[in-house]
Amino acid sequence: MKLDQVCFRTNHLSPSWTLDAYRQVGGYQVLENILNNKLKPESIIEQIKNSALRGRGGAGFPTGLKWSFMPRRLPGDKYIVCNSDEGEPGTCKDRDILRFNPHQVIEGMIIAGYTIGAQTGYNYIRGEFFEPIERFEAALEEAREAGYLGKDLLGSGFNFQLHTHVGAGAYICGEETALLESLEGKKGQPRYKPPFPAGYGLYGRPTTINNTESLASIPVILQHGADWFHELGTPNNGGSKIFCMTGHVNKPGNYEVPLGTPFAELLELAGGVRNGHQLKAVIPGGSSTPVVPAEIMMGLDMSYDGIAKARSMLGAGSVIVMDDSTCMVKALQRIAYFYYEESCGQCTPCREGTGWLYRVVKRIEDGQGKQEDLDRLVDVAENINGNTICALGDAAAAPVVSFIKHFRDEFQYHIDHGRCMDNTA
Amino acid sequence: MVNIEIDGIPLKVDSSKMIIQAADEAGIDIPRFCYHKKLSIAANCRMCLVEVDKSRKALPACATPVTEGMKVFTHSKVAINAQRSVMEFLLINHPLDCPICDQGGECELQDLSMGYGEGVSRFTEGKRVVKDKDIGPLIRTDMTRCIHCTRCVRFGVEIAGVKELGATGRGEHMEIGTYVEHSLVSELSGNIIDLCPVGALTSKPFRYKARAWEMKAHPSIAPHDAIGSNIELHVRQNDVMRVVPRDNESINEAWLSDRDRFSYQALAHPKRLTDPMIKVDDDWQVVDWQTALETAIKGLQTIINKHGAEEVGGLISPTTTLEEAFLFQKWLRGLGVENIDHRLRQQDFSDHPQQYPLDNWTLGDVQESDAIVLIGSHIRAEQPILAHRIRQAAMMGAAVSNINFFLTDLLMPIEYEMAVDINTMLTTLAGIAKVLSTLMNDSDNDDEWQALYPERTPTAFEQNVAMQLSNAASATLIVGDLANHHPDAAKIRALVHKIAELSGSRCIVVPSANSHAHVIANTLPGKEAKNSLQMWQQSLRAYVLMGFDALHDTAVPVIAKQALKRASFVVALHSFDSEFLRQTADVILPMACFTETSGTFVGIDKQWQQFAGAVAPRGDSRPAWKILRVLGNVSHVEGFDYISSQDVVDEVRQIQAERHDKPIPPYIPDSLTVESDLMMISEVPMYRTDALLRHSEALQKTPETQRIQFARINRKEAEKHGLNHQTPLTLTQQDSVVRLPLEIDDSIADGCVYVATTTDAASRLVSLFGQVSVSQSEAAT
Ligand SMILES: Cc1cc2nc3c(=O)[nH]c(=O)nc-3n(C[C@H](O)[C@H](O)[C@H](O)COP(=O)(O)O)c2cc1C
Ligand code: SF4
Ligand code: SF4
Ligand code: FES
Repeated sequence: MKLDQVCFRTNHLSPSWTLDAYRQVGGYQVLENILNNKLKPESIIEQIKNSALRGRGGAGFPTGLKWSFMPRRLPGDKYIVCNSDEGEPGTCKDRDILRFNPHQVIEGMIIAGYTIGAQTGYNYIRGEFFEPIERFEAALEEAREAGYLGKDLLGSGFNFQLHTHVGAGAYICGEETALLESLEGKKGQPRYKPPFPAGYGLYGRPTTINNTESLASIPVILQHGADWFHELGTPNNGGSKIFCMTGHVNKPGNYEVPLGTPFAELLELAGGVRNGHQLKAVIPGGSSTPVVPAEIMMGLDMSYDGIAKARSMLGAGSVIVMDDSTCMVKALQRIAYFYYEESCGQCTPCREGTGWLYRVVKRIEDGQGKQEDLDRLVDVAENINGNTICALGDAAAAPVVSFIKHFRDEFQYHIDHGRCMDNTA
Repeated sequence: MVNIEIDGIPLKVDSSKMIIQAADEAGIDIPRFCYHKKLSIAANCRMCLVEVDKSRKALPACATPVTEGMKVFTHSKVAINAQRSVMEFLLINHPLDCPICDQGGECELQDLSMGYGEGVSRFTEGKRVVKDKDIGPLIRTDMTRCIHCTRCVRFGVEIAGVKELGATGRGEHMEIGTYVEHSLVSELSGNIIDLCPVGALTSKPFRYKARAWEMKAHPSIAPHDAIGSNIELHVRQNDVMRVVPRDNESINEAWLSDRDRFSYQALAHPKRLTDPMIKVDDDWQVVDWQTALETAIKGLQTIINKHGAEEVGGLISPTTTLEEAFLFQKWLRGLGVENIDHRLRQQDFSDHPQQYPLDNWTLGDVQESDAIVLIGSHIRAEQPILAHRIRQAAMMGAAVSNINFFLTDLLMPIEYEMAVDINTMLTTLAGIAKVLSTLMNDSDNDDEWQALYPERTPTAFEQNVAMQLSNAASATLIVGDLANHHPDAAKIRALVHKIAELSGSRCIVVPSANSHAHVIANTLPGKEAKNSLQMWQQSLRAYVLMGFDALHDTAVPVIAKQALKRASFVVALHSFDSEFLRQTADVILPMACFTETSGTFVGIDKQWQQFAGAVAPRGDSRPAWKILRVLGNVSHVEGFDYISSQDVVDEVRQIQAERHDKPIPPYIPDSLTVESDLMMISEVPMYRTDALLRHSEALQKTPETQRIQFARINRKEAEKHGLNHQTPLTLTQQDSVVRLPLEIDDSIADGCVYVATTTDAASRLVSLFGQVSVSQSEAAT
């Protein structure tokens, strides 16, 4: 299995995060080539499209297609924004990209700016990421000194400025339009779409927002070619992906493996399930994605299309592994609490519904559940789903529906006996 | 234009529309809370979810643009399910305290929950409770009822220009409030009462006073803003319980100023005059109307017979109706009296109100201006709705400039501004005119003006403002109260009209509420007769006063007081009693307030708006037009057999049509230098412009009104005169000496002391504008 091919390609170097280290793997050569030969933005977009790179922030939207929506020739300001807010429970990959290979994010953003016609970029970094912020800032300084940022880059006439913006601890600010509001200095609340950021983004100007991992993939795609990248993964699921292995595994951590790697192999890489325990269930893409029972999960490949087969999502690649000691009611209670606390509160179903879900799940966990609660939970979740401004509403509904669908007997047992089944904690 | 279908009805709609707008125009009802036609789209309540073909999810009708061939279903299973579920979510944390909620009966949540709610709640957890906030004397909050639609927040940012209300907290903990608890500082704040779809924001003065279904709505016209905001009076039995705006796109749109919303409180004030009275040996006796009217006529006639009609002065408030104004002057002229005036706060009469052409414009034109210059106008306080139009213009990119004796936050982007004393005001305006005249090559044919322009090179400010005006496709100049009340007002007006002529701008001299009607009705002095200032200064033997308080509504309180005390006969038509009125009048004729009479107001945009009485006059008071009709009859003046107020309007219109006034040549001042060392400038406080407002309890408790007791001066002048804010300020003006608490306020121009009129202290001043000396001493009393 080919490890660390894309975002972690400097990991074998020590330190891996300096300009020197990055140059050793061919860093900034792509940018120099683009600037020196004034490559056509269209051709860059074409290559990204052919690489089958899909957004690593959760939705898996094809990056090349997203870039093609930008009105490149429209006069006036345009922006490229990197989403390093990384708040989804179970996700910790962007943090390590910024820690161990920040220059690749910078190069990716400059290339993105060049391609979509933006002269200003912002990297919105989660506020608690103290070390990653420092590393990214240091890398920015190096890049500036090397002439990769500023005016008239390498004599090409292209100007590009890049700034760090530090978040303040709200999960919702990872949602792209809430992120824009927050960048503008306002309360972080998602905007209704349409209009989409490509038409009306930061300060009302055309804007592209990409996840850190997506942007960090760009230089590698252009260096080794779209086909190389595409073939690394599977058809329509180009490249490799960092999977954040958390929960009941022996070696939790970030593993960059080709898309399409069987889940079983990935689990193996992470040292397998905690000793003496059996796999019970997996949340494959972060807390917003539907839970998948062990027996189904063991047969899946880790790719967007692969996970979709089990009616779940690859999301941000945040794999939460749960062994047989896990109480699914308690697990759901914790997840429901998260969305209840993190709802921005502007739209009715999410503001009111997330609290309702949490309280009912908690009641069941506390042994006070009523028989009608189970159907009610599903009903309330379905009433939130699809009826809100942003996807946080859907994200809050998905775990509830999937947990009850796959583990209804455990919930039933809680209602009947006021406690966990014997084989769980 | 695109073709769409809503509930099977084919429609052709503008492609820029949202589904909800298309539905509204077609009369198809879609439930909503956050959407409001005058506010930006928030799409947060989700109540308007509808089914749209080709969409997997239900879509918000307020935020989904129409597209060609779109099919919308507002009552399909998908739509109804979505709407029902949103309603359920809204109600789980709502207190459902409808029986004690003032919004009951007119609550959008209550109404919709009847249609979309469930009978029994499936939510059995504890409900959220939110602490109420004190946001001042006008608006009551019950924030537990808030459904977070953010209409109030958007109103603040987009219409009122104040970011005072906002959402704090996330998710279920989100609360609407002022970040720091304090009174809302907006002259339009009451509109959030109407906007709030639930009972979270309700009227404080109206609290627990009546239920929506007990009241009957009567259309009317508001008396304070010079535009005639359209309003609805909500009446129970014979009492106006509250006032709300009535939509009129060309005037107040959907809004109402706080003063026109809350002034109704004065209608039931105990100080309302309810009986005709005459003074007999210094004692007041209530009499019947016949006796009172005869006493009035007899008294006046005696003086006219003995001393001539020149010894009688008729002064009338510009807030009275067109009909009242017309009959007032017709009656007095019938008696031979030509000393008639409505310009009570004016001090400079060098120009004539009919001198300036009344060009045609609408409030919409003002809003569409590219450049607007405010001259001597505290526009937010003087004309809140006009200020809102100007704010909208400014937010759309118009350049708004401001030249005034003090600069306050107008809650809109201001391009250029300058605090000036009168001399700088005049030279600056002349400087602007000079730049324009050079630009327009007008310098050859205008010697008289050229001589007035400053010799120095124009300042950057003058050049900038002149350029803004000459570059604008549509420009508006607004002359406000501070300019109009100034003893050199005519000079200011002449210059502004000159600037308007040179730059092709429209010039709006904003007068008191209904002044246009008074110019039309000709409540102006006849040839050789005295204007209001002369009537006071030259002390007449008899006065007829209508609708105002001489101590508060005139330019020269002490002089007016002395003149009235000296007069041998005073007839007063008024709605409110006061000690001073009783001291000085001989006959008091109680007149009805605007809600109790029919009449016509003429706005600054020259729209004539007629209204009917909604309630019977209080006690034995009468509509003033009827009082004047009888006065005309009893004095045997011809042409007073009107049956209705409509007859009066018809007559005015006819006279208007037949009138061919010779144009009066423009007034050109002889010089622009004014002697001024330290000048007192005075502002009529927003909530005290007439007796009605002064008797409105809640408005008197607002922070704006609480602040009027202070004299204000900037730091530089304070240092120059050795003043500090700890000691009251002594203002000396001829032989009147007044002490006021002092506030150091750098928004006041150099060379100026600011005082508010209509206070007890101000009523002891000789003149509300003019030279004054200041001092401070601990010992003085
Ligand atoms: C509630 C919520 C939280 C999100 N948080 C993140 C985040 O922390 N980081 C991220 O990259 N994308 C996050 N997203 C997804 C972004 O909205 C957006 O789709 C993404 O940044 C686009 O980048 P991509 O196309 O490169 O994936 C979030 C979305 C939602 C609805
Ligand atoms: S779905 Fe939730 S988080 Fe998203 S906008 Fe609505 S309230 Fe805010
Ligand atoms: S107070 Fe009223 S208007 Fe304001 S957000 Fe709440 S419900 Fe809406
Ligand atoms: S009215 Fe459309 S979402 Fe509120």
